[in-house]
Amino acid sequence: MSQIFHRSTNTFARITIYGAVFILAFLTWTFAELDRSAYATRATQAREQPVPFSHAHHVGGIGIDCRYCHTTVERSSFANIPPTKTCMNCHSQIWNTSPTLEPVRASFRTGQSLEWTRVNDLPDFVYFNHSIHVDKGIGCESCHGRVDRMPLTWQEHSLEMNWCLDCHRHPEKHLRPREFITTMGYLPAGDQEEIGLRLVKEYKIQDVRVLTSCSTCHR
Amino acid sequence: MADEREVAERPASRRIIAPGYTFGTVTDQIATVVLTRRTPVFWYISFGVGFALLLVFLWSVAVLLAKGVGIWGIRTPVMWGFAITNFVWWIGIGHAGTLISAILLLLNQRWRNSINRFAEAMTLFAVACAGMFPLLHLGRPWLFYWLFPYPNTMAVQPNFRSPLVWDVFAVSTYATVSLLFWFVGLMPDLATLRDRTQNRFARAAYGILAMGWRGSARHWSVYETATLLLAGLATPLVLSVHTVVSFDFTIAIVPGWHSTFFPPYFVAGAIYSGFAMVLALAIPLRSVYGLEGLITARHLDNSAKIMLATGLIVAYAYMLETFTAWYSGDVYEQSALWNRMTGPYAVCYGALIFCNILAPQALWFKRIRSSPALLFVSSIVVLVGMWLERYVIIVSSLAQDFMPSSWSIFQATRWDWGTYLGTIGLFLFLFFVFIRLLPMISIFEVRTLLPQAKVEEEAQG
Repeated sequence: MSQIFHRSTNTFARITIYGAVFILAFLTWTFAELDRSAYATRATQAREQPVPFSHAHHVGGIGIDCRYCHTTVERSSFANIPPTKTCMNCHSQIWNTSPTLEPVRASFRTGQSLEWTRVNDLPDFVYFNHSIHVDKGIGCESCHGRVDRMPLTWQEHSLEMNWCLDCHRHPEKHLRPREFITTMGYLPAGDQEEIGLRLVKEYKIQDVRVLTSCSTCHR
Repeated sequence: MADEREVAERPASRRIIAPGYTFGTVTDQIATVVLTRRTPVFWYISFGVGFALLLVFLWSVAVLLAKGVGIWGIRTPVMWGFAITNFVWWIGIGHAGTLISAILLLLNQRWRNSINRFAEAMTLFAVACAGMFPLLHLGRPWLFYWLFPYPNTMAVQPNFRSPLVWDVFAVSTYATVSLLFWFVGLMPDLATLRDRTQNRFARAAYGILAMGWRGSARHWSVYETATLLLAGLATPLVLSVHTVVSFDFTIAIVPGWHSTFFPPYFVAGAIYSGFAMVLALAIPLRSVYGLEGLITARHLDNSAKIMLATGLIVAYAYMLETFTAWYSGDVYEQSALWNRMTGPYAVCYGALIFCNILAPQALWFKRIRSSPALLFVSSIVVLVGMWLERYVIIVSSLAQDFMPSSWSIFQATRWDWGTYLGTIGLFLFLFFVFIRLLPMISIFEVRTLLPQAKVEEEAQG
């Protein structure tokens, strides 16, 4: 009886059978990496805005405190986007003829809000509250990165659940005294571990079992 | 020569292969079913029924995906309902295939050779049907991979203290080993089909699947080793898979579930229903395809005896369940059992006692065991009974547990029935595709049953 397949198919069969393991492993690895990549999470990608607002200039250059604009961050779950009036506190006096800032003045004249592009957006199934984090000693920088070095704002971290849990499982590694909440480039005065553990007690931070309970964030 | 005389003198009903077969006629008869262009009307009807029900399944699943699991009758407190009932029922049915292919192989029960192939196929398809239910029951089946511990971006892993996670591993291991065992066992027969078919495409397809099998001594030696190893792997699975399935219940503290005798009780029940399914498939197949010479009265008789034995174990478990409830002095356990027997599910409980315990006592009689039609009926009765058993265990315990204020009666919806009957369709569809495309009886293993094979073996030895 004649051969159905050419001799070379033996090699092909062997390669596909043994190769299947590697191909599957490679595919798994690729998906895992893609899932974590900036392509999927949009971390570190600066977003276009209606007005090219620079945190680097306002925070890094001039030294305005975060809370001058984001006034509700200590009281509310949401750190507000300031109204146009806040911009106009200064820009009615300086750069008041700049063509770049025309949308801001237009917004002020008409009362129509500027429509900023949201940068840090958690999924809707996550309950997140800014005020509790600020109150318990998590600096703005811890999540938002060095905003004072962002010409256009980007999302610093992946915002994936493992990133949240890094801190919820070991809060002491990230705590700072409340007076340094808005400080950019904060360096602990001493051993972070020691300060962190002291602050955990002082700020009455909940047990890790509470911090990592499902319903703490998924309500 | 003593053996030959023994073979010749054996009464006809005790034979595991009818007299008059040769190596050639065995191959011819089994291979022709696949290679012929003529398909019996029986096949078209069965396949048609299966395909129609498969469409019902697809429709039910489509509605389920669109609207969510609320289309089923699952409401607090009965959140498991039909889905888990069907899962346990299907997984149990699969067990007979593994018992026949692995345990009976290791125990050197040669009569298994003519029923192991389709029984293993039955296992695979039953596991496929079973797997549908926990996945669909997830609510968001597209996230099924969350069941596995993989490096995810959520930094959470499945809870290894939960028997539901053990289930994932038990069932996926079972499916993998069963598939491998079945496929390895098919290879020599695939090569036979490759060599016999006249169709170019069929030759290529069987050729690829046969993986270059030439039947050399080396191939056979490797094959024997592989089969034994796989049988060794599959043997503990016969006991472990349904044990783990029973843990889904026993680990919970729900009255009526929290019992130590569940694992052996579930395993016996699994084999019971599995052999019922084997008979329900074998009896029509052998008469339609004229395979009475290969699947003989002895096979039916043996399967019926296994059914009777496992059925008695199940009956013992029912007695023990009642005894334990009384002996424990635990009022919750007692009232759960009392509710099960006399409460809203009393009809189901009575029906399961009839189907699983009373009716199968008929199998004590040789007259009934030797009548294929009656055996077929009793195997269907047992299949219904075993489904009712799981239904009663799951639903009655959940519907009336510790808190009377949350008691609620389970009402199956038409979508419950749609998915359940749908998986029967999936099963029939897969099974009859298998019957048409692959040899339903292992050609080379049946050939070893022939008296000629035995003489040859001894002459060489």
